[in-house]
Order: sequence, then structure tokens, then C-alpha cells
Amino acid sequence: MSSASTPEQEQLSAALAAGLVQVGNASSVDDLRTVISALTGKKGSLAAVKSSLGKVADVDARKQLGQEVNLAFAAIGHAAEVRERELVTVHIATQVENERLDITELALSARATQRRGRLHLVTQATERLEDVFIGLGFQIAEGPEVESDFYNFEALNMPPSHPARSMWDTLFVETDPEGSVVLRTHTSPVQIRVMQEWPPPIYAVMPGRVFRRDTPDATHMPVFHQIEGLVIDRGITFADLAGTIESFTKAFFGDGFTSRLRPSYFPFTEPSAEFDIRRPDGSWIELGGCGMVHPHVLRAGGLDPDEWSGFAFGFGIDRMAKERHGVGDLRDMYSNDVRFLEQFS
Amino acid sequence: MKVLLSVLREMADLPNDPDVIAQALNQLGMAVEETIVTGTPVPGVVAARILRTEKHPDAAKVTRCFVDAGDGVERHVWCGATNMGPGDIVPLATLGTKMPDGREISSRGILGIDSEGMLCSASELGLSADAAGLLILPANTPLGVSPFDALGVQHDVLFDLDLTRNRPECWGHMGVARDIAAHLGVDFYGPKIGAITRGETRSPSVSIAAGDMCGLFSAVTISGVTVTSSPDWVARRLDALGMRSINNVVDASNLVMLETNQPNHAYDANVVASFLVRMAQPNERITTLDGTERQLGTDDLLICNAATNAPVGLAGVMGDLHSEITSDTTVVNLEAAWFSPDPIRFTSQRHGVRSEASLRFERGVDHNGYELAAERFVTILQETCPSIVLHSGTTVERAESCPVPAVIDVSVDGVASLLGVRIEATDIAALLAPIGFSSVISGDVVSVTVPSWRPDCTIPADIAEEVARHYGYDRIGKTYPKSPVYGRLSHVQARRRLLRQVLIGLGLDEAMPSPFVAPGDMSAIGLSEDNVLHIANPLVSEESVLRTSLRPGLLRAVQYNASHRAPQIALFEIGHVYPAGEGPLPDESEQLCILVAGADVHTALHQWNTIADALGVGALLDQSKVPPGLHPTRSATLARGKTALGVVGEIDPIVLHDLGIDARVSCLEINLSIALAEQPKPVQAKEINRFPSSDIDLAFVVPNAVTAANIVRALRQACAKRLVSIELFDVYRGQGVPDGSRSLAFRMRLQEPSGTLTEASIAEVQQACIAAVEKAGGALRR
Repeated sequence: MSSASTPEQEQLSAALAAGLVQVGNASSVDDLRTVISALTGKKGSLAAVKSSLGKVADVDARKQLGQEVNLAFAAIGHAAEVRERELVTVHIATQVENERLDITELALSARATQRRGRLHLVTQATERLEDVFIGLGFQIAEGPEVESDFYNFEALNMPPSHPARSMWDTLFVETDPEGSVVLRTHTSPVQIRVMQEWPPPIYAVMPGRVFRRDTPDATHMPVFHQIEGLVIDRGITFADLAGTIESFTKAFFGDGFTSRLRPSYFPFTEPSAEFDIRRPDGSWIELGGCGMVHPHVLRAGGLDPDEWSGFAFGFGIDRMAKERHGVGDLRDMYSNDVRFLEQFS
Repeated sequence: MKVLLSVLREMADLPNDPDVIAQALNQLGMAVEETIVTGTPVPGVVAARILRTEKHPDAAKVTRCFVDAGDGVERHVWCGATNMGPGDIVPLATLGTKMPDGREISSRGILGIDSEGMLCSASELGLSADAAGLLILPANTPLGVSPFDALGVQHDVLFDLDLTRNRPECWGHMGVARDIAAHLGVDFYGPKIGAITRGETRSPSVSIAAGDMCGLFSAVTISGVTVTSSPDWVARRLDALGMRSINNVVDASNLVMLETNQPNHAYDANVVASFLVRMAQPNERITTLDGTERQLGTDDLLICNAATNAPVGLAGVMGDLHSEITSDTTVVNLEAAWFSPDPIRFTSQRHGVRSEASLRFERGVDHNGYELAAERFVTILQETCPSIVLHSGTTVERAESCPVPAVIDVSVDGVASLLGVRIEATDIAALLAPIGFSSVISGDVVSVTVPSWRPDCTIPADIAEEVARHYGYDRIGKTYPKSPVYGRLSHVQARRRLLRQVLIGLGLDEAMPSPFVAPGDMSAIGLSEDNVLHIANPLVSEESVLRTSLRPGLLRAVQYNASHRAPQIALFEIGHVYPAGEGPLPDESEQLCILVAGADVHTALHQWNTIADALGVGALLDQSKVPPGLHPTRSATLARGKTALGVVGEIDPIVLHDLGIDARVSCLEINLSIALAEQPKPVQAKEINRFPSSDIDLAFVVPNAVTAANIVRALRQACAKRLVSIELFDVYRGQGVPDGSRSLAFRMRLQEPSGTLTEASIAEVQQACIAAVEKAGGALRR
């Protein structure tokens, strides 16, 4: 390597020095690109040196200059990368500062506070009850809300003009013949439909809407909801009924709760019982009615009472929701007032 | 039904412990609604005479009474009652007295003004329910004594029972006492029968001309009767049990009914010497004891004076006003009967009168109860009629409807397989005997004869229930059947749950409006009223129509919430609708309706797309017809061939105007009976196409009359197998686009199913797209 610089080498080092200054002074990424292409483009000062390579006659000198040109290009490229990073960093830092937000303000905005909807309390209670019974091995049956006299009364061991029909204040649909179509007064018609349609053994619960000719007050609605259970199998006994009520009690209310049965009367069960739930504090909740399915009801469902036996039980869903959430007046639950609905996530 | 502990204890060796009795009643199936302790003396309450009264200068309703309690001190007491006057003797609660309700009498008095005690009503002393005014004591009551002593009041307990329909005998104290005695294992005697003077045979003539309704009619003659007022204990007993004291004869008759459950009626034997039981003639009339003249029909049963054929009682319901005994009556014919329950109930319903007698007959009385009733009647009257004579020769006429004792065979195995506990034959017999069921044991079979007062027992399960009741429901134990079926939600139920989660995720609250609407409610919101069903006996006419759509209920909720400063509400309901069907039952189906106040059709479409995606259902948007009640130009039917899955759009502005709702309301309705029942097949995985894709953007000018869906269909066909996706990314109306048209800009992503997309095939697709859109009525926008 010669110690003295050739004119080309001097031209190169001047161009490199000027180029590095230009790169360092670039004020934006776009500006930087312009500077780079001005330096390295066909008419650029570095390219001019590169294109003069061919004119250097001495092989060693040409080789030497060629290496220096490549180093100069690399130095400019490196400087450009460094400068670009600086420029981007500054640019983003500015942008970040400019777009500063108060997150707590956003959290209060309409979009952020757009809440999930609410299921009706009756739906929530129904689903909870269904889940408990599914866990106990029950399926869920449904049926029409407007029913024939046959399914609502006659098949349930209440032939026409049976006095027990007066246990329910019935709403009738205007039909001919009059009284042949009712708004179901209980979910029990579904029992008959299930017995007719499902092959035994049957372990089913039947939640749904029922109707009574009751003036609305804090504890009564003309339209409300019940859940009813039906078990039909071989060798089912009253003790099985008591055990099933007990299982439900513990599964739904908790381990500290127990149940008891008291004699009662329903036309569709014999023997019949009321069932009560005992809270851990010793107080009692009167929950619903139950009993062994009456032989007449089994026959109406197309089952032979000598082969199959079973039990049924039922209670109100609305009251469960009312007590769980401390609703003072049942009418509030049906007001559809969004101020009421939105409370229960 | 109210029962008095004192009466129960006369009939059986029952403990004088209300808690034990109440517990027994509950365990036997006679739910105790209320336990009322009566007649407990209140220390500090004394009889006092009102000397004079004066009105309060400011409060017209308050009187100042100056009273003398026999201790020489004149006290003044302010009092709010009005039924007293100077000279009356009334109970005075002196200062410091602790009242049964827990209050302590202080000089501030109940009215907050200076008072030296309180004058009491019967209710305040726990003597009866009478709170209408002060209790006026008999004029000869010594001053200063306890009114409880003066009245001979005894401590007693009243149980209010909620009786079930299968226990008619418990409408008499006797039935209740028998059951409790059996439960507690103590002796049962029945009502006390005194030493009765028997007289010569006198047999009133009885004939039954309606044997299908009157199964038994008995009449017995009783002489030596003096009509006077009842002894205090009779009057008090009746009062506690909710009946008025009339005279000794009527009271004895009523008390016998309350004690034995056998309704009965005493007629003056000189007026009604012979009885005829017959159906009423058309338009025959009777004035019953309540003073009401009733027009009868041929379904009503009458008790008549056979001599005159004139009615003396509406059978099983109420006596004739003009056939009452009088002060001159000395000989009575006491009637006791068994009537067929249903006809009595129908007569009672037809005439809107429920009497103590009718409610017993319609449940079924003991057809062997007449003799005991007569003996008890005479026993009660002995105190006021010392020379009373019960004549022999009671006439008992039976007819075909008279029940015959049922004999029911139960087996030990049968009882065990029903109850889940094995009770041996001798134990079954022993449990049943104290409640009147007699048994004959033959091996494992027990032949049980049902007592005449238990008409409800007709099948072995009824006997098993009686065994279980007296064995103890608690003692039967609990066993846990193992369900052999899989507990799970059905397909529809699982999809309904999913749908509800999607709906609340969309920010919708679940509403539950009444399924009843008013006549005209459906047409008021643009829906047909033709297919509605009416309720025959609605509570109010506003709730007399069964809904055929969920929309009216939700619209009312929107209206209600808007009027309570919640205009932006988003509600859904999942519920049944009940349009008239082909047969007697409605064409019931499950529906979903979503309304969002302050939102437009965009919201409804977003909801539809989300739900359709979640449930895997689809439908075409058919705008060719306006769905009833929806916005005429911003709504569509969710069409699936000829059937509609639902509707999407906005509520008709006219409807909103009529309802006074200011905002737009978006509406989406889906028939869930269809949508939930569908079973979309599991999606089969497609291999990802790794060949390069390319997008082409094309904008078309399309007349408003040509739907975007039509253009998309044309583009799909044009792109054919190369199409990956198509997106409408811009809609423009305005400058550069002719009136009546809009510009629709689509982006199609193209890809060869296998191979690389060439420039040539892109150009080919582009030309095909332009041609197809032109054919559909649009043109490339240049």
C-alpha cells in the first residue's frame, strides 16, 4: 500500500466525509433517503469515484481504491442505519407523547361501559335448577303452555267436575266446547306427555310457565313458573322420593340443608306430601308438593302400574329467585324496568 | 277450619300442650296455619263502671271516660271507642299492665295524652277477634274483679288448620281428635254423651224422591224443648269457631256439626211432621236463612214438608227462613242426612252461597253420623232443657246413592313396594285400627274395611298412605335411586342456552312481559287481530287476549322505560306465542324478539348475523314485502323458501308515533321453534390453499332498485371457483353518481384452487365480473 494518496483517494475521502456529515444532518427518514440516493446514486459523489476505478491503470492501486470505495459505501450505509434509528426513535417518542390518553377517562366512556346484558332472574334460577337436576341424572322436558282439559286435569286423575279442580283458579281459553282448553295451571301436563312419548325409565324435570287466575300482589302473579320432577322406573318407592328430595336439597342449597316430608293431598299422587327444607339455622322453608304417582295417572300416561311406579314433585321457581336476591315484591320481577333488570349480572 | 284444644281434649286423652298438638297436626297432614291462645287472664285488668264521659276539645274521635274500678278512686281514661256510655261496665287496664300484644300501659296512654289506664276491646284482651269497640261486661259484674273471672273465661288454644280435600272428617273436631289420639297413642272417646232420657217411639215419616242425590235421610223426634238463649260456654265456643249464637236449639245444632261434622237441622215437629226430599220444580222459590230469595232449578235438591210439599230447606246448603223454630217450639224433628257431594257443590256454586253445611256435604260427610249427632244434640240441650226427651224410632231412609263400606285388600309386599319400608300385616292392622279402619289378616294380605267417614279411600295406595301417615313419614327413611339415564340438555335446550349467552353478549337484557294483551293491542302495532285467542274468564279485559307476537309486550317495555328516563334500552324476550290453530289448541311456538330503542336496522342486522353465525342458521333477506308492523322501507323478511324464519328491520314509524316513542327502534324476530330445532352438521375442515391470492377492487353504479344481494350473486357466479371472499367496502351516493343510483365498491379475493393465479386469469375474471354486473343492471364506475 502506498503512503501517498492518489487524487482519487482524496476525492473519495472528501466525498465520504461530506456524505457522513449529510447523513448525520438528515432531518427525517425521507430526507435521509434523499441524501443516501444523492450520495450513492449514479450521479452521486461516491458513485463518481467508483466509476473512475476503470481509469486507474495500476492494478494494485485499482484494487486498493476499489476496497476503499467499498468501505466508504459500507460506512455510509452504517451511518444511514444509525441515523434512521435515531430519527424513528425521536419520531415515535414525539408521537407517543402526542397521543397520551387518560385511561380512566376512557374507562368511563360509553364504549367501555357498554355492559353485557342480563338474563331474567327467572331464567337464571331455572338454569341453576336444571343444572342441579342434570347432575342428578335427570333430563329436561318441555310442553305447551296452552293445554287441553285432558292433559291439565283429566289425565291427572281429575275427571270433569272433580272437586279438586277448584284447587287451581283456572284461566280458560274461549273455545267450543267451552272449558276444553286451559292455560295450564301447573307443569304437570308435561308429565303425561313425557310418559306417553318417552320410553321408561324416566328421570325428567319440567320447568315452565304456568297460569292462575290470581290478582297480582307481592307474592302472587297470574303468570309464574314452576319446575316439576318425574321419576318412573321399576320398584320406585316413597323412600326413593324422600331421598331424591334430600339429594336435590343438598345439591341446590348446600350441605348444611336437609329436607322432610309431611302428609298432604294432590289428586295425582298417592301417598302425597309437602316437602320442607331446613336451613342450617334450624328454620324451615315450605317448598313444594310431591308424592307417588297415582295409578290412574300412570295409566293415562300409557304405563302399567303393576310394572312401573314413580314419584313426582314440584315447586315454584319465582319464589326461589325472589328469596335468593331479596326481591320484596314479585311484581318488580315482571315490571321489565331496566333499573330492576340491570342489577343482576 | 278452626279447632279448639278444649273441645279436642273432651274427646280424647290429649295433653294440654299446644306445641305437642301442633306438631302432631303438622305430622299428620293438617297444616297449622296459625295457633291462637285465647282467654289467658291479663293481670291488672279490672271491671270498671263508666261514670261520665266528655269529648276531647280538639279530637272529635276521642272520649274522656271517668271510671270507677271499685277502689274509691275516680280515674280518667281517654278512649277512641264509641260503643260505650255512662253506666256501662268495661275492662280497665290499669297503669303498668302488660297487654297480650306486649304493650305496657303507661300514663302517656295509647293516644299520647295523659291517661290513667286503657279501656279494652275483646280483641285486645285476646278473648275474641272482636275489635269493633270496647268489651261491655254484664251489668251485674262486680267492680274491680278480673273480667276473665267475671265471664268465666277459660284458657284455650285455637288452631287454624289448612285441611286437604281427602280428609273430610277433619271438618269436625272428632276427626281431628281421633287422628291425634292415634298418633300419640292415647285413648279416643268422641263427644261426651250424657244420660239421655229416652221417650216412646215416634217416627217422623220420610220419603226420598231423588235417591241419586240423597243417599240417606234420618229424622228423630225430641220433645221437652224450651227455646231460650245458650249457656255461656256454648256461645263462647261458637264465637271462637266463627259462628254466631242464635238460641239454644240452633246453637246445639251448629255445635254438633262443628264437633261431629254431621250437619243437621231442627224443625218444629208441629209444623214439619213428615219430610219429603225431592228435586226443585222449574222456577220454584225459597227464601233461605240469610234472607235471600232464590229462584231454583231442577238441579237443586229440596227438603220439603211432606204435608204441604213446601220447601223447608235447600238441601245441604241452607234452611228456609220461614221454617225456623220459634219461641213456642217444644218438640223438634231433628234431621240429619247424607247428600251426594257434587250436586251440593253445584247448587252452592250456582247460588253463590257457601255455608258451613255445604262445605261439609260437598266434601262428603259420614253416612252413619246421624245417631251420634242426635245424642250429642240432646246432651248439649240438657243444660237449658232439663226435661228433654229423645224419642225412639228414628226414621232412617236410605237410597241408592248411599255409600257402601269399601273393603280394600292390601298386601305387605304391595305396601312395602310403594313405601320402601316393610311393615308387617299385624303392624298395618295396628296402625289402622285407632283411626277406624278394621282389618282382617290372611297371610300377607290385609283386608281393610274403610270407615264410613273416609270416602276418599278407594284404592290400596290410599290405605298405604294412611299406614304411612301413622307409621310416620319421617320414619320411612331416605333411599337414593340411581338414574340409569344420562342427565343432559336436549339439543334444543343447549342451543337455547347458547343463544341466551350470545344475546347478553350483545348487551341485551332479558325481559319477561305478560303473555296477555288487551283487545286491539295487536292491531295497534300493525299485526293481525284475526288469529288471536281470547281468555274466557280474564281477570281484567286488558289481559284478555293471548299474544300472537312478543312485540307488543316488548314495545310496552320500551315505552315504559322511555317514560322513566331510560330511552336507550336493549331488550330481548324468548317466549311462547299462541295464535289460533287448526284444532282446539293454538299453533303455539317459541319466538325470539329483540328491540333496541335508539338503534336502527344496522343494529338488527348485526344481531342477526351474530345469531345466525352462532346457531348455524341462514336466511335470505327478502324486502319484496313489508313485514307487518315494521318500517316499510327499512325491513326485510328472513326468508327460507316459502317459510319465514323471522323479520329484521325497524319498527314502523307510524307505530312508534302512536306509542309516543321518539327514537327509532330496531327489531329482530326469529322463530325459535324452527331455528333451535335445526341440527347443523359439524363443519368439515378444508385444507388451507397455499397458492398466492390476489384482490381486485371494482366499483359499480347500480340503480337503487337493484339490490346489493343481486350484484353479489352476479359477482359470485362470475368469479366462480376462483373466489375466496367478497366484501362490499364502500357505498356512495352523490356527485358523479346519477340520482336513483349508488356506487357499490366490492373487493374480491381470488385464488386458483390449485396453481398460481396468472395475470391473464385475473383479467378474465375482471371482465366476467363487469359483464355479469351489467347483465344484472349495473355498470362499471369509471
